[in-house]
Amino acid sequence: MVTRDRAEGGSGLVAQLELQRGDLRLAVDLRVGPGEVVALLGPNGAGKSTVLRTLAGLLPLQRGCAVLGGLTMEDVDAGIRLEPHHRQVGVVFQDYLLFPHLSVLDNVAFGPRARGHPRAYAQQLAHTMLERVGAAGLASAQPRRISGGQAQRVALARALATEPQLLLLDEPLAALDARTRLTVRGELRRHLADFDGAAIVVTHDPVDAAVLADRLVVIEAGEVVQTGTPSEVARRPRTDYVARLVGLNLLAGTGSAHRVDLPGGGAVHTADSADGDVYVAFRPAAVSIFTTRPDGSPRNLWLGRISGIESHGEGVRVEIDAAPQRGSSILAEVTPAAVAELGLLPGAAVWASVKASDVEVYPR
Amino acid sequence: MIGTNPRRAAASVAAALLLAGCGNTASPAQTSPSDAVTGGITVLAAASLTDAFQAIATDFERAHPGTEVTFSFGSSATLATQINQGAPADVFAAANEPTMRTVTDAGAAQHPQIFVTNTLEIAVPRSNPGNITGLADFADPAKKIAVCAPQVPCGAAAQRVFAHAGVTARPDTLESDVKALLQKVQLDEVDAALVYHTDVVAAGDAVEGITFAAARTAVNRYPIATLTGAPNPGGAAAFVDHVLSPLGQARLDKAGFARP
Amino acid sequence: MPTPIPWLLALPALAGLSFLVLPLLGLLIRAPWSNAWQVITDDEALLALRLSLITATVAMVLAVLLGVPLAWLLARSDLPAMGWLRAVITVPLVLPPVVGGVALFTVLGRSGLLGWPLYQLTGFAFPFTPYAVVLAQTFVALPFLILSVEGALRAADRRYEDAAATLGARPLTIFSRVTLPLIGPGVAAGAVLAWARALGEFGATITFAGNFPGTTRTMPLQVYLALETDPSAALMLSVLLLAVSVLVLVLLRDRWVNRW
Repeated sequence: MVTRDRAEGGSGLVAQLELQRGDLRLAVDLRVGPGEVVALLGPNGAGKSTVLRTLAGLLPLQRGCAVLGGLTMEDVDAGIRLEPHHRQVGVVFQDYLLFPHLSVLDNVAFGPRARGHPRAYAQQLAHTMLERVGAAGLASAQPRRISGGQAQRVALARALATEPQLLLLDEPLAALDARTRLTVRGELRRHLADFDGAAIVVTHDPVDAAVLADRLVVIEAGEVVQTGTPSEVARRPRTDYVARLVGLNLLAGTGSAHRVDLPGGGAVHTADSADGDVYVAFRPAAVSIFTTRPDGSPRNLWLGRISGIESHGEGVRVEIDAAPQRGSSILAEVTPAAVAELGLLPGAAVWASVKASDVEVYPR
Repeated sequence: MIGTNPRRAAASVAAALLLAGCGNTASPAQTSPSDAVTGGITVLAAASLTDAFQAIATDFERAHPGTEVTFSFGSSATLATQINQGAPADVFAAANEPTMRTVTDAGAAQHPQIFVTNTLEIAVPRSNPGNITGLADFADPAKKIAVCAPQVPCGAAAQRVFAHAGVTARPDTLESDVKALLQKVQLDEVDAALVYHTDVVAAGDAVEGITFAAARTAVNRYPIATLTGAPNPGGAAAFVDHVLSPLGQARLDKAGFARP
Repeated sequence: MPTPIPWLLALPALAGLSFLVLPLLGLLIRAPWSNAWQVITDDEALLALRLSLITATVAMVLAVLLGVPLAWLLARSDLPAMGWLRAVITVPLVLPPVVGGVALFTVLGRSGLLGWPLYQLTGFAFPFTPYAVVLAQTFVALPFLILSVEGALRAADRRYEDAAATLGARPLTIFSRVTLPLIGPGVAAGAVLAWARALGEFGATITFAGNFPGTTRTMPLQVYLALETDPSAALMLSVLLLAVSVLVLVLLRDRWVNRW
């Protein structure tokens, strides 16, 4: 198991979530230690938000359990289910959902008030929380008059004001424009680092996940398909979705020593030796393109046909069909100058090569 | 009866009807059918005439084949307003003379004739929960009392009898028509109401009537008249004649009306 | 190139406006303005107007207190019986108000299902009291409020309620501190509708509450009675009722509805 499990004894979150909802069959095991930030990553409809809703108590489990800080929040077999307002769970919702009829301060004071604290104490606490997120100046503002970035901070302050043991953030940066996102992402990382409870961030952005989280949990179609630190996941994707997300070419095959045979007849040579069912992954930038068969004989040299060219950041992404074998394709990243020099056009036949040392091989 | 004279056919139907027994003393000679009478006749009549006039219409249509009587029953004042606004009707029968006068004054009707009278009577629920014995009980504030508003004819009549009997009535509600009074008696929600004798008769078993002497001081006289704008003047005249005939009067008797 | 759609919409819209406004205009034109002052300063008219405004306002408050929770139940419960319940709740909309009044008698009348034990125990009965006016008005106005609030509840973003729950709010706190403020405009609109319906209420009131000056004779009843004797005064009273209600509705609109 690659996952470093920081959850020990009765602390943090231990959850086995199972339920059927429409076409989605969710079966997810989660462990999040105190102080740990887990990013829940996955395509739309994978069940990320459903996981959050079950943990918050907004959606009942059909099987399984959820234990937070040693306290059982839900256990289907034992017939235990705490209502949302009895759980020590704070949620930052996707559109922040600040109550439009309350001031920013009253929004943040809402939780402490609802949990029975006197008004003066709740407002004092709200002030402190707003200060902590750098939004003290907004206290008397109406939610509709503040910016998206400000609303994100207020929503965080509101969730933290209830002193939760588990903090859930649903796409916390999705509603922000690119510039704000950069700043808020940095702030959020700092606040999450300061938070001593368990935290789960739902996102479909690998950069958000990498910056905010200690560990990634990738779910697809209601199941966990990969977990690991951001660098592990980025280096060794295990599904096409993750590979696309982190921008790697991913192929599955059968290894024997330094050669991985692909099911369609092709082969990839690797510097590391591996046996049995393996994945091979390599960066698009590690792929070189030639219009004529290159001199010497690189170990991985495949003849294919260009099916698409598009700019990607400062480089150009070239999609090459039929490489390394019929029916598959790989991405190469080259400079715009190289595209002009080689006269690359869709439909042109090209040679693609990858050094064996640039290929990562790891067991399936 | 194919090929027989239609006039004789009509007469024989009328005779057969009388033989079939309407329980009255009218003789066939007095309801001689007119050969001009045919077509639709629209009659606007006070609501208290509903049952009697429907029976009269059935008799009339049998006596005059080819006629069809259509009624609009309602408050006399409302009907008078409709007539003065040009409602296409043939006959108007009102529950009091002042209302008829508004129509004759407007030139919409001529030569009204009084055809029945009606007197006030105390109506109590069958069980008489208020132990009502006479008009004096109307002054008892502990009893639930309903009378008509002074603005409407039945209310004006009520005021006259109270004045004559020296009773200071303490009503709980001043209704705008007798049907509303009667409904509240039938539902046992009031102890007594001042209605017309005909209403007590029409209400059947659910309501008991108590007569009182002062009722004589407020006898309500019902006028009937053909309308000057009648689309069917012949039919209108025949219908009025029929109402005034012994057969018509017998129907009105049965409903509790008195003869003028 | 201008598209023909605006005209296709504008013509029926204009026709609709005329249909609503012209009769009111007719009322204004035919009203006897020469004796306006006399009619609207008449003690009975002012008494009726005062009673109307008070009872309609109390009925509105009652409708809000009873209707908002019921609307919440309708909008939020997924029981299969809810479809039937909604149909039952809208019945007072199609029921002739007079029938509604009789129906109220059967439950709250002196010999009604609940009214009888109440009368036996306390000697109090609703009919012919201002309470009966309020009950009759609430009965006919409640569906308007419920439908309006239910629509607002269905349109409201329920995720705010989820957010409140995760912050530790119990269901009742969520309802009073989040749901209710969010549907405020819908409740205000429903309350205004209910008030207007209560103010114009006639049939159920005259049946269930009766008609007595100062106690149960509301403005519509006063107008109806005036129609019996002095139709022009009735027109003037209608104009007075119209003016007061339009004034109140405009003021409420500015104070409540524009806040959101």
